[in-house]
Amino acid sequence: MSYLEEGFTLRSWLTTRDHKRIGILYAVAITVFFFLGGAAAAIIRLELLTPQGDLVSADTYNKLFTIHGVVMVWFFLIPSIPSTLGNFLLPMMIGAREVAFPRLNIVSWYIYVLGATFTVGAVIAGGVDTGWTFYTPLSTLFSNTHVVAAVMGVFIVGFSSILTGLNFIVTVHRMRAPGMTWFRMPLFVWANYATSLILVLATPVLAMTLLLLAAERLLHVGIFDPALGGDPLLFQHLFWFYSHPAVYIMVLPAMGVVSEIITCFARKRIFGYKFMCYAILGIAGFGFLVWGHHMFVSGQSAYAGMVFSMLSFMVAVPSAIKVFNWTATLYKGSIELTAPMLYALGFVGLFTIGGMTGLYLAAIALDVHLTDTYFVIAHFHYIMVGGSVMAYLGGIHFWWPKITGRLYSEAWGRVAAITIFAGFNLTFFPQYLLGFLGMPRRYHSYPPEFQLLNVLSSAGAAVLAVGYLLPLVYLGWSLFLGKRAPPNPWQARGLEWKTASPPPKENFHETPEVDAVPYAYDPEEKLA
Amino acid sequence: MARRATAQGRGRCAVRWSIPQASDLAGRVDALFFTLLAVTGLVALAIFVLIVIFCIRYRRGARVDRSGAPANNFPLELGWTLTPLAIFLAIFGWAAHVYGGFYRDDPSAMPVWVVGKQWMWKVEHANGRREIDEVHLPLGRPVRVVLASEDVIHSFYVPAFRVKQDAVPGRYTMLAFTPTREGTFDLRCSEYCGTDHARMAGKVTVMAPAAFDAWLAQGTPAASMAARGFATFRRLGCSGCHDPRSSVHAPDLNGIYGRVVHLQDGRSVVADEAYIRDSILLPKRDVVAGFEPVMPSFQGEASEGDILEIIAYLKSLGTARP
Repeated sequence: MSYLEEGFTLRSWLTTRDHKRIGILYAVAITVFFFLGGAAAAIIRLELLTPQGDLVSADTYNKLFTIHGVVMVWFFLIPSIPSTLGNFLLPMMIGAREVAFPRLNIVSWYIYVLGATFTVGAVIAGGVDTGWTFYTPLSTLFSNTHVVAAVMGVFIVGFSSILTGLNFIVTVHRMRAPGMTWFRMPLFVWANYATSLILVLATPVLAMTLLLLAAERLLHVGIFDPALGGDPLLFQHLFWFYSHPAVYIMVLPAMGVVSEIITCFARKRIFGYKFMCYAILGIAGFGFLVWGHHMFVSGQSAYAGMVFSMLSFMVAVPSAIKVFNWTATLYKGSIELTAPMLYALGFVGLFTIGGMTGLYLAAIALDVHLTDTYFVIAHFHYIMVGGSVMAYLGGIHFWWPKITGRLYSEAWGRVAAITIFAGFNLTFFPQYLLGFLGMPRRYHSYPPEFQLLNVLSSAGAAVLAVGYLLPLVYLGWSLFLGKRAPPNPWQARGLEWKTASPPPKENFHETPEVDAVPYAYDPEEKLA
Repeated sequence: MARRATAQGRGRCAVRWSIPQASDLAGRVDALFFTLLAVTGLVALAIFVLIVIFCIRYRRGARVDRSGAPANNFPLELGWTLTPLAIFLAIFGWAAHVYGGFYRDDPSAMPVWVVGKQWMWKVEHANGRREIDEVHLPLGRPVRVVLASEDVIHSFYVPAFRVKQDAVPGRYTMLAFTPTREGTFDLRCSEYCGTDHARMAGKVTVMAPAAFDAWLAQGTPAASMAARGFATFRRLGCSGCHDPRSSVHAPDLNGIYGRVVHLQDGRSVVADEAYIRDSILLPKRDVVAGFEPVMPSFQGEASEGDILEIIAYLKSLGTARP
């Protein structure tokens, strides 16, 4: 009996402690938020078709990009891969029957829902117009929108992150199957482990910062407001101390997913496995030391700026290693361009561009010109959307047969992957040019010389929207009418493929034993 | 402005694919940009070409030699760790060197005071000439822009100069550059500051030095910035205590600017713009040794503009700096 057949009632889902069902609960919730955040983005792109601010008012526009940022960062990207695929797969990949704390796991989902309620409440009540960065003193003294409700939503959802991270760390340390040593763990597990460390160490700082913000707004305690003796830059330091590592929360799990997919469809061991592990840890570690690169023009000391600039270049090194190793994995492989593989290769391409343009922003003198322009928007969308979302979708396709027990339409999968790749580049590449030409971000109206590039970007967004809606259709169809999947349709090597599709509640009937390195693929084997 | 409006009215889409280089920093920043573009472009191209070649050559079912595929190669991996590191450090050094130019302390630079306010830029020149959403600057003369904000954080961004600096409430920030090209350039606010952020725009006009001097003298207000500062100094009652003949025991401010001040708690600070500003708004923070903390705060009474003028006045009393 599979985990899906353990109960069919809503109650059986809402009271579950099964990590696989919790993963699915998260997937449903974040999909809702993805399309909510996407709808805000669609209106933004429509508004920017013309230079004049004519579709929505300036205040509405400001609320739209705020809600787009808040929803996409905290209610989609942060939980995306760890809480869905991570929850489902991490215990299976190390041969465990459960996560370490199953009750805590479902609690963290409810905390997510509670936080989401606050934020959606803030939107329904009239919205927030501070930008997702909540910079003071705009957010504490000058905005008359629902800042506290939105901030509370983010504060609450942080606890869900912390609990998930804690759960994963303990699970990896304590629940590995016999023989599953650290250097036999799949890179997906390494990536989620490193991510969990960041979640547990960085999120409390965000929680404190948001509480201080609320205290200043409600009780006029002088912390960030200079009129009360506070310092607005203190807020930026605290905010980015969380929010820069948060970028790695979003992208490390994506790198894990891509490593699994590329090695499987190239039928080859991942190139430089140990370098990949160290690169993951290096990114997680250095990621804590670069927050000041968001503040090069903020009035922070010029010497602090230079130190942060150098450290930002350092963090690019492990990212470069990963790209080289993925490329080298393809060499002498036996490559099949399935839908998941197309998503994964799309990730590598877009992440490379996003990562390389990060160097422009780390170069301090150049950042002065480019920061707070569309160049930055393009850069982080290449990482977070081109990178993380692409990998998330790749992972959803790759493990779809395992999760649902059904196959999806391979042809439609490829069409969607290519549509998303094309639409993405059309949307965001023009924004690099806009940024270099000097168009600041968060502009409701703009000088007419920027129109052509904005029209291209909006056209791309339309293609992208189609690309994102496609999987909703054919995966939805597969859920009910797709062909039954065998236990291991890709002939993959991970432990999660050594059990039924969909897996039984306890994952494995017998605890697996591990006696080999991961990814024992052979490019010369004959495949069925 | 009018011409732009008509062009827009006719629905013409004037695309511009480059921005002028109008300051001494612009060329140096662009050199960095295009070098990075070349380096990263080449590496990205190499990676993409390799991925495509591998995907075609080693496609499933193709009869090629797949024997001896390595799972790792330590020297190679160490190589592609250390090579990027060396390149990155070189770029870092170059960029940091250029960045130094943004903050150089040139005593001969012409000061311009800019105060950001939802949603406008208020500009004042040393001789007291004021402008709103416009900045006139002389060609080829080093300029030092001192930025303050009345409310939230704004950012002073002139793309043609490749300079940008946040105006932060509660502190002064600055920016140094030399305009190198005559003409009119866009000034934009690049830090989100509320409703009309996108309209917080202005123009920077760079004029030949002689024309600039004529412009500056034109419609010169009755008082220079320092003179206006003296009026404010009296209006707010500062002179009542700080006058050397006053009966109240308060520090003498003659020649205060740039001097080292010894404080009650044993610290010593240099009396710069930020110190004077804090002393007016938060007088209890830095009490001068030997004085009672009796001065009231002038928060809410002295605007950012008032304070900048008082500082100009105090500077005019002589400075300790050469």
